Amino acid sequence: MQDVLHSAGVQAGHILDLWRLMLGVCAVVFAAVLLAFLWAVLRAPRAGRDTSPDLSALQHNEPRLLRRVAWATALSTLLLFGLVGASVWTDRALAQLPLHGALHVRVTAHQWWWDLQYDDAEPSRIFTTANELHVPVGRPVILTLLSDDVIHSFWVPSLAGKKDLIPGRTAQLQFRADRAGTYRGQCAEFCGAQHARMAFRVIAEEPAAYEAWAARQRQPAAPPADALRQRGQQLFLAGTCVMCHNVGGTDATGRRAPDLTHLGSRQTLAAGTLPNAPEPLAAWIRDPQSHKPGTNMPGHDYSPEDMQALVAWLRGLE
Amino acid sequence: MSGPAELPPTALQAAFDRASADLAFPAPDDRPPVLNDVPPSAEQESLLDRSWRDPPGLLGALSAINHKTIGRRFVLTALGFFIAGGLLAALMRLQLARPDSQLVGPDLYNQLFTMHGTTMMFLFAVPVMQAMAVLLVPLMIGARSIAFPRMNAYAYWVYLFGGLMLYGAFLLNIGPDTGWFAYVPLSGPEHSPGKRVDFWAQMITFTELSALLEAVILITTVFKLRAPGMTLNRMPLYVWAMLVTSFMVMFAMPAVMFASTALITDRLVGTHFYNPREGGDALLWQHLFWFFGHPEVYLIFIPGLGFLSAVIATFARRPVFGYPAMVLSLIATAFLAFGLWVHHMFATPLPELGKSFFTAMSMLIAVPTAVQIFCWIATLATGRLHWKTPLLFVLAFFAVLLLGGLSGLMLASVPLDLQVHDSYFVVAHLHYVLIGGAVFPLIGAVIYWYPKFTGRLMSERLGRWSFWLAFVGFNLAFFPMHHLGLHGMPRRVYTYPAESGWQALNLLATGGALVLAAGMALFFINLWRSRRHGEPAGADPWGGGTLEWATASPPNAGNFCAVPVVHGREPLWQAATEPVAVAGLAVDRREVLVSTTLEAHPDHRLSFPVPTPWPFAGALATAALFIGSIFTPWAVVWGMVPVAIALTLWFWPRRRKTAEDLALETAP
Amino acid sequence: MSRRPLFLPVITAAALALLLAGCERETRGWRVAPHVPAAASRPAGSALAPGPGASTASAPAAGLPSAAASVVVPMQRIANRYEGNAYAVSQGKRWYRWYNCNGCHSNGGGGMGPALMDAQWLYGSAPAQVAASIVQGRPNGMPSFAGRIPDEHVWQLVAYVRSMSGLVRADVAPGRSDSLSPGWEPETRREPATPRNAPPPTAPASG
Repeated sequence: MQDVLHSAGVQAGHILDLWRLMLGVCAVVFAAVLLAFLWAVLRAPRAGRDTSPDLSALQHNEPRLLRRVAWATALSTLLLFGLVGASVWTDRALAQLPLHGALHVRVTAHQWWWDLQYDDAEPSRIFTTANELHVPVGRPVILTLLSDDVIHSFWVPSLAGKKDLIPGRTAQLQFRADRAGTYRGQCAEFCGAQHARMAFRVIAEEPAAYEAWAARQRQPAAPPADALRQRGQQLFLAGTCVMCHNVGGTDATGRRAPDLTHLGSRQTLAAGTLPNAPEPLAAWIRDPQSHKPGTNMPGHDYSPEDMQALVAWLRGLE
Repeated sequence: MSGPAELPPTALQAAFDRASADLAFPAPDDRPPVLNDVPPSAEQESLLDRSWRDPPGLLGALSAINHKTIGRRFVLTALGFFIAGGLLAALMRLQLARPDSQLVGPDLYNQLFTMHGTTMMFLFAVPVMQAMAVLLVPLMIGARSIAFPRMNAYAYWVYLFGGLMLYGAFLLNIGPDTGWFAYVPLSGPEHSPGKRVDFWAQMITFTELSALLEAVILITTVFKLRAPGMTLNRMPLYVWAMLVTSFMVMFAMPAVMFASTALITDRLVGTHFYNPREGGDALLWQHLFWFFGHPEVYLIFIPGLGFLSAVIATFARRPVFGYPAMVLSLIATAFLAFGLWVHHMFATPLPELGKSFFTAMSMLIAVPTAVQIFCWIATLATGRLHWKTPLLFVLAFFAVLLLGGLSGLMLASVPLDLQVHDSYFVVAHLHYVLIGGAVFPLIGAVIYWYPKFTGRLMSERLGRWSFWLAFVGFNLAFFPMHHLGLHGMPRRVYTYPAESGWQALNLLATGGALVLAAGMALFFINLWRSRRHGEPAGADPWGGGTLEWATASPPNAGNFCAVPVVHGREPLWQAATEPVAVAGLAVDRREVLVSTTLEAHPDHRLSFPVPTPWPFAGALATAALFIGSIFTPWAVVWGMVPVAIALTLWFWPRRRKTAEDLALETAP
Repeated sequence: MSRRPLFLPVITAAALALLLAGCERETRGWRVAPHVPAAASRPAGSALAPGPGASTASAPAAGLPSAAASVVVPMQRIANRYEGNAYAVSQGKRWYRWYNCNGCHSNGGGGMGPALMDAQWLYGSAPAQVAASIVQGRPNGMPSFAGRIPDEHVWQLVAYVRSMSGLVRADVAPGRSDSLSPGWEPETRREPATPRNAPPPTAPASG
């Protein structure tokens, strides 16, 4: 669900209210002016090239017209003040989101994925994930927004307005999800080749489900459950993957690419580009360029057996 | 004002006598009695035409400085870029018609939308408005020429070379791919390797130099070359619009020239204007760019308002209601336009209170435009309508721009903008205001003034077909985009997933775009065909009230043999009053009447320059300098040499001509 | 106006010519096939670290000619096809940071590892020689990145490393980074370094 008109959070709700008000006012104004215009042009008598022009306007004032234009202008100005007021009122409402007990997440945008670090006062409870933001329903979330390279924009329309992530600056976005569900978000500031495929998901869950998820995320990677996954882990650790990816509890400690410690628990791959299933995962590893041309991830030419092992292990990282 | 019959016996006179002995100039007493009789005779008209005509041949074409020649080239070049930009847009729409489409890859798509925006904003919209002014303003104010005709030619060549450079780069795969707004750090040295962004940034230098020069030219023309009696209070509203636009250009363009130059130096020599880690700021680019960028859209919109006033007056058979209010609205819009720029940056972490100020300003600017709309409706309501194609295109404004302006009010509000910023809602808004507010009026204006410059009318039938196709196609293409934005589709995406549910509206938009393209194609076919097959038009096919309709179609190369004296706002509609015209200006040489700025009292006569190829050469040298400096900073140094040579040869005074000019200008 | 009929075909022909010429510097090589200078095999790992795709023979091989190659090409003559491509060199700069080359080489000035900005090349400055240094490793601390850095990244790194000492064309070399300035000047403005007079040290340099 990625829709301004279906709000699932209080911030998006305020904005939706403002939208309805403005739509109403603007629709009325549009209709009024358009009707006045149509009435004017359809009622006016016809003329030709040689119809002598009416120069009375140059000789005396036209008080009736002046009054009407003045009234119309005054009314428009009044409506505009009203809209400014409504806009400022909504701004205030957005700024007044109660924030006690908020969940803190540091979002760092990269070309073309989202790094999410769940902050906590207790350092051992800090964990990192990527591309999928889980939040508890009814609890405010404070996002600290940073960028590693170019300007990106964090936009999940069903929950809140957007905020730009600008290198060299820290931004903040506050929202609260009031209904459980999965909400899709997307980068909304042109950031290069794969701006179109830099999506993320916000999954709002009941607090208990959220805590369970967070507890699992804090764990290191699940040890491989069988020989196939064992082989997969071996391949992972022996190859190029460790140069960029991190899998907690193993020797793979790269920080340049999404954290894979709990890849198996995510719904999508490559920032919303592919569903998280064996075939797409294998296809992604084999040739990322065919799914996301320009991505920094290289292709890997594993044999079918090796690929099967690797995929099995990755999907086992729940 | 009599001809130069008696000159004081000064050294200058002696020089003149000596000089005139070499030329086939008649001695002062034998000169044909110029302009002592009004209306001028056919012989005088042909003398005038010969004096002001551009020379023939290829060298003549490169030396041309007549404002109508340059203006026509300028308009046609800009329309050529419009077609190119439209084709790029068609490709974009074809790619977006289906989800996960493989028609156009991300690299090419990013170049396409960048080139589309860049072409439309820098190479079409502002230049075409200035070009129309170059064509029209001298005729509408009763002047024989535009001010600074050689600089006018230079400005055109610089613009042409800039556009050709950009398209040459695009065809060589060096087309820019970071958007027409080129935000840093994406367009900076680290994230945009190669020379793509450098070509874009340097194109800006070309086009903004051209625009600034044209602004100077237009302001000078409007202030100093008006026909006697045309006080500022009697100037046509279109001329007011171009005057206001030109002032805006002078304040807006320097911001983007500085911004793009700083980007070039960041990329080429390692400055840190936009590098936050060394004390620069990525937001600096946005401030500088949008300080230009917002007035830029008003640079495009305000001339459109001028077209509306001109066409509505003629086709409603009455002057536009509320002249002072209309003028003040134009000026107010221009001022307010400079106070809106942060509304492009509402999603950035700027202070909220500051942003609210820009909300208020962005809403406030609707007031002067509303005044204009109400005045036009009043004019239409109390007029009698001559239903021809120019009026149709101009009236489309009232539906299209109105809707775009209202969606603009929505975007002006910070909270609402935080949802729809950078989504297809904005794409819808900007096309509604630009096409409704500028392109449709422009097409109406082109059809309106076409007979003046070609002597033939465009086809009414083709015109109506093109109008309805364009109007319906436009709405089909862009109205769904409001919905797409509200349903979460961001801008500048080369594709979208099938699960998004955006396909149906995208397909509809693509269909509409093709219909719009058909309408535009018909317009261009009409433009082309009517050159030979259009119905011949006389001097005044529409019964207009402004001065350009007093000239022949096409006009004499020198526009007005007898410079008219103006007594009211609609000189051709109002009864002729004595004095009717100015006598005494020479017709066998380039002579122009300069008048005072406010009251347009005739002030003095001025000799104007003759055609020369040096503006063209200067533009070539300038182009070499600019293009060279994309690759090495040393180009600024060695590139200066040809530029200096060209400019020196251009401005080098010719003794004989100076002597003649002075002698004639200071005659009693 | 009579020139109109000629105008359009001339313009179209010119446009087509430009289009076909293209520009190698600007291509974004996103459908990259692995670099193949000659028929060569992958470096084989051990049973502990089998190396990528060791069991595959179908894919074109890694970048180095080995003793088992059927064609022997002198290393100095193997060209790096990325050297004329600005995107590739810029990617090389990215890998330099990502794979932590500056851990030992700093931003070209060297530290634990030798400087890369100067004219002194212990193991040769030709592209294939630099690639070999990266893939095979070198005595006294240069690790072997075989199997760790993908082939196309190796060759992009090679192009970047050469640009650090001004050996890549100025219009292809990357501009300044968006970070704290590392060298004196961005790579685009580096002149090819001149060799110092002293002969290369016989004992491995420590800095």
